Amino acid sequence: MIDFGYTLTRDRQFDYDRGDLRYYRLVRSLEPSIDLCIGCGSCSATCSAAQFTNLNIRKLHTVIRRGDTTSIKAGLRKCMFCGKCQLVCPRGVNLRNLILALNRAIEQLG
Amino acid sequence: MEHSVIVIGGGVSGMTAAGMLAQQGFNVTLLEKEAETGGHAARWDRLFPDRKKASEVLDFIRKGMSRVKVITGITVVNITRNDKEFTVVTRGQVADGGSQMADIPHPASCIPHPASCIPHPASCILLATGYELFEARKKEEYGYGIYNNVITSAELEDKFRSGSPILTSEGKPPARIGIVHCVGSRDEKVGNLYCSKVCCVTGVKQAIELKEMYPASEVFNFYMDLRMFDRHFEELYYEAQQKWGVSFIRGRLSECAENPDGSIIVKTEDTLTGKPLKMTVDLLVLLTGFVPGRGMASISAMLGLTTGADGFTNSADSHTLNNSTEIPGIFLAGAVKGPVSISESIADARAAAIQIEVYLNSDKPGND
Ligand code: SF4
Ligand code: SF4
Ligand code: SF4
Repeated sequence: MIDFGYTLTRDRQFDYDRGDLRYYRLVRSLEPSIDLCIGCGSCSATCSAAQFTNLNIRKLHTVIRRGDTTSIKAGLRKCMFCGKCQLVCPRGVNLRNLILALNRAIEQLG
Repeated sequence: MEHSVIVIGGGVSGMTAAGMLAQQGFNVTLLEKEAETGGHAARWDRLFPDRKKASEVLDFIRKGMSRVKVITGITVVNITRNDKEFTVVTRGQVADGGSQMADIPHPASCIPHPASCIPHPASCILLATGYELFEARKKEEYGYGIYNNVITSAELEDKFRSGSPILTSEGKPPARIGIVHCVGSRDEKVGNLYCSKVCCVTGVKQAIELKEMYPASEVFNFYMDLRMFDRHFEELYYEAQQKWGVSFIRGRLSECAENPDGSIIVKTEDTLTGKPLKMTVDLLVLLTGFVPGRGMASISAMLGLTTGADGFTNSADSHTLNNSTEIPGIFLAGAVKGPVSISESIADARAAAIQIEVYLNSDKPGND
């Protein structure tokens, strides 16, 4: 093929129809409070790991709910499992168990 | 002679105030442009947050209206003022009083076939002219009126009320449904900067009702903010998430497109993940907001009332004289002043009725 010097940029738009909801469904069965998030950002603001890394726990469980699984593993590696996020959640999302469930999902689904 | 009060507008506010004033012994005439009283509430099936039947609320209000003279199917063509007295001139409009809402009983004193152009004397006028729903076609990028599977929240209520199954235009049960908040509200592009206040909770209520009907379906609400301002509203939102698994995506829809099979592709930014998102839905419900009532501009002109930049009518003071206007004897109730819920309309109408009673009784000997 002739190289014209162009590259194709991947579409950043997330296509929900092609999302992978297996992680979400499994996590939800283990920790139903994942559905109660209102996106307030308290968890990500208080997160110990967020002070030193780019972990955003609020965003992490939001993308799972959308079926976007690309950033789960890298994100989870940064979590210290301290549980501070759970202490501040105004909706009672059991974040600590949610993170455990997510680890379980990664074990099962790869 | 007992004072005459004219109430213009036969929705929840007008009916409530008319009933109260008639019970206090005033000679009350209620004027309604449609063939039936009941206003927008007559179109609604169940009300937030407790899912009470709208028809039960209307029945309750109608019970108090036995002494009200109700004239439907007429428009106000002129209002004149002579010192403390007014004359409201109406013209008959609807030739046939027959209606789609025959199941709703109306007071025996209802006159469906008025003669043309009648003057009605009044010591006092209550404007309860209400609002209209935003015309969803104006938001062309959402495809209402172009794509068959884009409907309004009011049309969804029509279906709930009639008990007809909610199907796509292809006759299939919808597997995925989108509900769009702020259609025609909080949007300078359509000239409406204000929030319509009740559509957020309506969207949550309708999401729950759709999930009840189709538990296996996915329901998504696309919102900018969720304004759960009143008692039990936040709890309803919580219930929608916890019990029904309704998903809330923060982002205003930018546009819709139609697939060959009739389903709708919606585009938004999922602002909580910071990415543009698209998805296919089988049915899209637009939560259309409030706009000022059509007839109110001419009535304001007849009386010299002022409106705000939002087009709704100004009261004399929004804190302390919210049922009064600058003109003695002219009062306001309900959505003529901007978006309100039904419970607020009832409370506001009762407040207006008391204001009117105080105003009229201040003329009586022995009162200052
Ligand atoms: S448990 Fe993990 S995500 Fe939660 S605050 Fe601690 S480090 Fe952050
Ligand atoms: S603190 Fe709770 S509600 Fe707020 S973003 Fe985190 S999980 Fe969601
Ligand atoms: S109540 Fe909600 S949906 Fe309605 S205009 Fe306000 S923010 Fe938008």
